[in-house]
Amino acid sequence: MTKLRLVTFMTLLALVGAGCAGSGDENVDGEVLVSAAASLTEAFGAIEIAFEDANPGVDVLLNLASSSSLREQILEGAPVDVFASANTSNMDRVSEAGAVAGEARVFAGNTLQIAVPAGNPAGVTGLADFANEGLLIGLCAEDVPCGDFGRQALDKAGVTPSIDSNEPDVRALLTKIEAGELDAGIVYVTDVISTEGGVEGVEIPENQNVVAEYPIAILVEAPNAEAAAAFVSFVMSDTGQAIMGEYGFIAP
Amino acid sequence: MSETTPRKRAHRPPALLIALGLIGLSVFVIPLVGLLARVPWGNLPELASSPVVIDALRLSVVTSLTATAISAVLGVPLAWVLARTDFPGRSILRALITLPLVLPPVVGGAALLFALGRRGLIGEPLNAATGLVLPFSTWGVVIATTFVAMPFLVITVEGALRNLDPRFEGAASTLGAGRWTVMRRVTLPLIAPSLLAGLVLTWARAFGEFGATITFAGNLQGRTQTLPLAVFVSLESNRDVAVAISLVMVAVSLAVLIALRDRWWRAL
Repeated sequence: MTKLRLVTFMTLLALVGAGCAGSGDENVDGEVLVSAAASLTEAFGAIEIAFEDANPGVDVLLNLASSSSLREQILEGAPVDVFASANTSNMDRVSEAGAVAGEARVFAGNTLQIAVPAGNPAGVTGLADFANEGLLIGLCAEDVPCGDFGRQALDKAGVTPSIDSNEPDVRALLTKIEAGELDAGIVYVTDVISTEGGVEGVEIPENQNVVAEYPIAILVEAPNAEAAAAFVSFVMSDTGQAIMGEYGFIAP
Repeated sequence: MSETTPRKRAHRPPALLIALGLIGLSVFVIPLVGLLARVPWGNLPELASSPVVIDALRLSVVTSLTATAISAVLGVPLAWVLARTDFPGRSILRALITLPLVLPPVVGGAALLFALGRRGLIGEPLNAATGLVLPFSTWGVVIATTFVAMPFLVITVEGALRNLDPRFEGAASTLGAGRWTVMRRVTLPLIAPSLLAGLVLTWARAFGEFGATITFAGNLQGRTQTLPLAVFVSLESNRDVAVAISLVMVAVSLAVLIALRDRWWRAL
């Protein structure tokens, strides 16, 4: 973590120093509540720091959970300013309910990887191993984006998985793999990077892989629409995109 | 008449207390009304009998009853030791037993994983010796729920034992009863109401357990997905199913608590 943070910090210092720090000139203030997918935990943590540096009057509050949980919270009227989802379908549901102001924009992409405990004790080499009943296999629950994408990848590979647990979000899955309690699971490339060696990644070939698109939007009932707009432009800016890149996300 | 009126008035609680009490009641009632307002009554029978719900209900009933039985077998002796013996550090031990009541269940689940997981302190040698894997198994659910629910039994029974007049047991032994006979024929019948109350509370807590279960035992339909887990997962996919399961849980819990109300209410 520390090494990655340092690299990010240096990048930021360079970029902020160069004076291209997104929307620092708009003079926004107050709290802005950002509901972001669990897989954005580290990247948005860094974005928060950089954005608050550029806009000292703004306090970003990150609400991190699975995109489907966040979607339900928003549809039930949670006072959220910005929604960053790990897939388009959850954003579409929010959008269809008339809760999105303007249009959602894709700000990052992510690919899938097989996560195994450090040292790969079960010797997992590919998605075919997910059919092995002797292994403890975890996926994200079907309606969580990583669960949906993971099943798409298994479909492409023609594998019927022998699942031992459907975890509520990608971080819960990752924790159990890192603890060595599960032999393998399908997560995002960025998740494997975020554990910094806690789990190992096994590549999923391109013809079996799925690219997850991350859309972001300001919500109609955003209590702080100005700061929300500034946050979204910051994420889309070169500075924001550079930070996303640091954490393994691919440009939209 | 003139004598009873002032007394009656004195017995009626002041209006402020009644008002606060009603607000207190609404804390419990309003969420339930909110839930009932969302119930898709039309296709409720169909939703409540879907395979996900049936599997989860069966698993919840089996695991919560097993956890209650284990709690009875292990918890009553523990309560007895706590109530009847005097040793240094007893109050610390009692605090330790109460801990699962206070701790977030997810912490309990993580602690169980570190202790009994495949790489855990005890789990690893256990796995090496027997091949047994507790997480992601139905036994994992039983262990997680027992961990969270057993304190209710221990605390209730211990309180009853300590309030028991020792003269009854003394009289029985004077009359020649052995220690087991005293326990079986005198002590247990005397604390029976509290024991039942403790068992009901333990079962209720086990039936509603979520955090420790999903952390330690994972979530798989038919194996570890109990009703609370099924609610949580379907809340994000099919809200009607989630509401239907919630209603099943409310109905089962209320039925049990109401059926046993006279027994366990008094003993608390």
